[in-house]
Amino acid sequence: MDLTSQLLQKHKKRILEIWMQNQLADVMLRDDLMTNDELRRQSEELLEALARAVTSGNLDNIYSSDYEQITEILSDISITRARQGFSPRETGMFVLSLKQAINAVYEQELSDKPAELYREISTINKLLDNLSIITFETYIKGREEVILRQTDEINEISTPVIRVWEGILALPIIGTLDSARTQIVMENLLQEIVNTGSSIAILDISGVPAVDSLVAQHLIKTVSATRLMGAECIISGIRAEIAQTIVHLGIDLSNIKTKASLAHALQLAFSMRNVEVRKINRTPMSGLGR
Amino acid sequence: MERIPILKLGPFLLVTIQIDLYDRVALNLENDLITMVSKTGAKGVLIDISAVNIVDSFMGRILGNIASMSRIMDAETVVVGMQPAVAITLVELGLTLQGVHTALDVEKGMELLKTKIDIQYGSLDEDEEEGPDDRTD
Amino acid sequence: MIVLTKDTMQILREQDVVPFRNRVRELAVKIGMSLVNQTKLITAASELVRNMLRYANGGKVILEIISKSAQSGVRLTFVDEGPGIADVKQAMQDGFSTGRSLGLGLPGTKRLVNEFDIKSAPGQGTTVMIIHWKNGR
Repeated sequence: MDLTSQLLQKHKKRILEIWMQNQLADVMLRDDLMTNDELRRQSEELLEALARAVTSGNLDNIYSSDYEQITEILSDISITRARQGFSPRETGMFVLSLKQAINAVYEQELSDKPAELYREISTINKLLDNLSIITFETYIKGREEVILRQTDEINEISTPVIRVWEGILALPIIGTLDSARTQIVMENLLQEIVNTGSSIAILDISGVPAVDSLVAQHLIKTVSATRLMGAECIISGIRAEIAQTIVHLGIDLSNIKTKASLAHALQLAFSMRNVEVRKINRTPMSGLGR
Repeated sequence: MERIPILKLGPFLLVTIQIDLYDRVALNLENDLITMVSKTGAKGVLIDISAVNIVDSFMGRILGNIASMSRIMDAETVVVGMQPAVAITLVELGLTLQGVHTALDVEKGMELLKTKIDIQYGSLDEDEEEGPDDRTD
Repeated sequence: MIVLTKDTMQILREQDVVPFRNRVRELAVKIGMSLVNQTKLITAASELVRNMLRYANGGKVILEIISKSAQSGVRLTFVDEGPGIADVKQAMQDGFSTGRSLGLGLPGTKRLVNEFDIKSAPGQGTTVMIIHWKNGR
């Protein structure tokens, strides 16, 4: 057993105490997000794993199997903290404050052997620096997961299918229409067609900022899929500049029923379903009655 | 050899596909159906694929063939009940079943066939033709 | 990339196609793939297995569940010892076909799945590998 691992094993308790003191004294302590007991449990677990890992004699390659357990614990802690809303600094400080604690103990223990003190401290520093990089990597990964989940949620929320009349559905699309979004739009729309037995769907693109050939392709796909199911699709909300780009890009929408506004599309849908909406002229008497 | 049963309902033929087809069965269906159209002089063919989970390019071609062949013999074909996942996959694959009529379910398919036949024979019954095609250019 | 499960199926007759599709569906369901993605994967598999039967008198398929950066997926590898494809680039174009099909097979299949790789040379057989991830991305 070499010196590093001997020292760690022997002074584990003291290191933990100093480490905990450091963490609890930190003004950035987030006792609102995590109880002190929980913090102590995490710290103890990590220190135990570290002490075990260094017994292998391997002090620099943290990607070897000796460090599997400790990287696992660290990743776990960082991902949970990322989800709980800890800042990167607060998450990073967890490992960095351990370094201070270990250094403090070593200074006391090896105060009369400067050469050894220097060697031990630089070894342990290098090791803990590597571990804190892992903390950051997994922290960012955790945040990315949060972002991805939110993107999915936004996509879900932003494609509502509205039943405007018996047998007529409307789907206002707001924001850019990329291929992932098109998939969700198609799935929601087709499922709703089945659920409601609707035979007409109005796709309103007033809220789509720009239509290029890719977006047009997505629209055409959606229309084709709707037709395969046995329903008809009307595209509405085509602004002047969108009509211009469509023609300039040479996109052929001639097989698709298009309307300038949702109101016009609805009118067309009514006539396709043989429904008529009329203004009723009430006589003044009946209006004033009672 | 497995065969798909074909039902005769007045002037229409009704086929409900309940199993996942392999190619031979699909080809048999094409044959049987066209033979039946010619034998019975049916005016419409209704194919219910609501229980079909997979339509690939071969199956798509069979459906297209049935529609084209029936049309030559003066019968219209309606495919009904396609599942959303199947429709999305077909579009992605690049198959849009040109020339095949579609409807949501058997009932709507029947209505569609009736209007198609009414139009052909210029019946004086209420004209249920699709809405005016006044798209904006 | 880690391979979680692996097995092989021989496809020698048309009747092997339906059990093969069911096996693919089982794998897709096992990793929790959505219905639309399941359908895309199975349709792609169906296209490739038909090509194998038509042009190479069958072959084998390796079915695997794989995992890459916390994302799981299904990988299918179609291996045949048929005549091979002389011009792979041409075969990947929409509308190109040496058989009587619509020529949607290979390019259409590629559109249905997340990853697609084909290796072939005349006389050397053909190997097609497809991967579809759980969330279809």
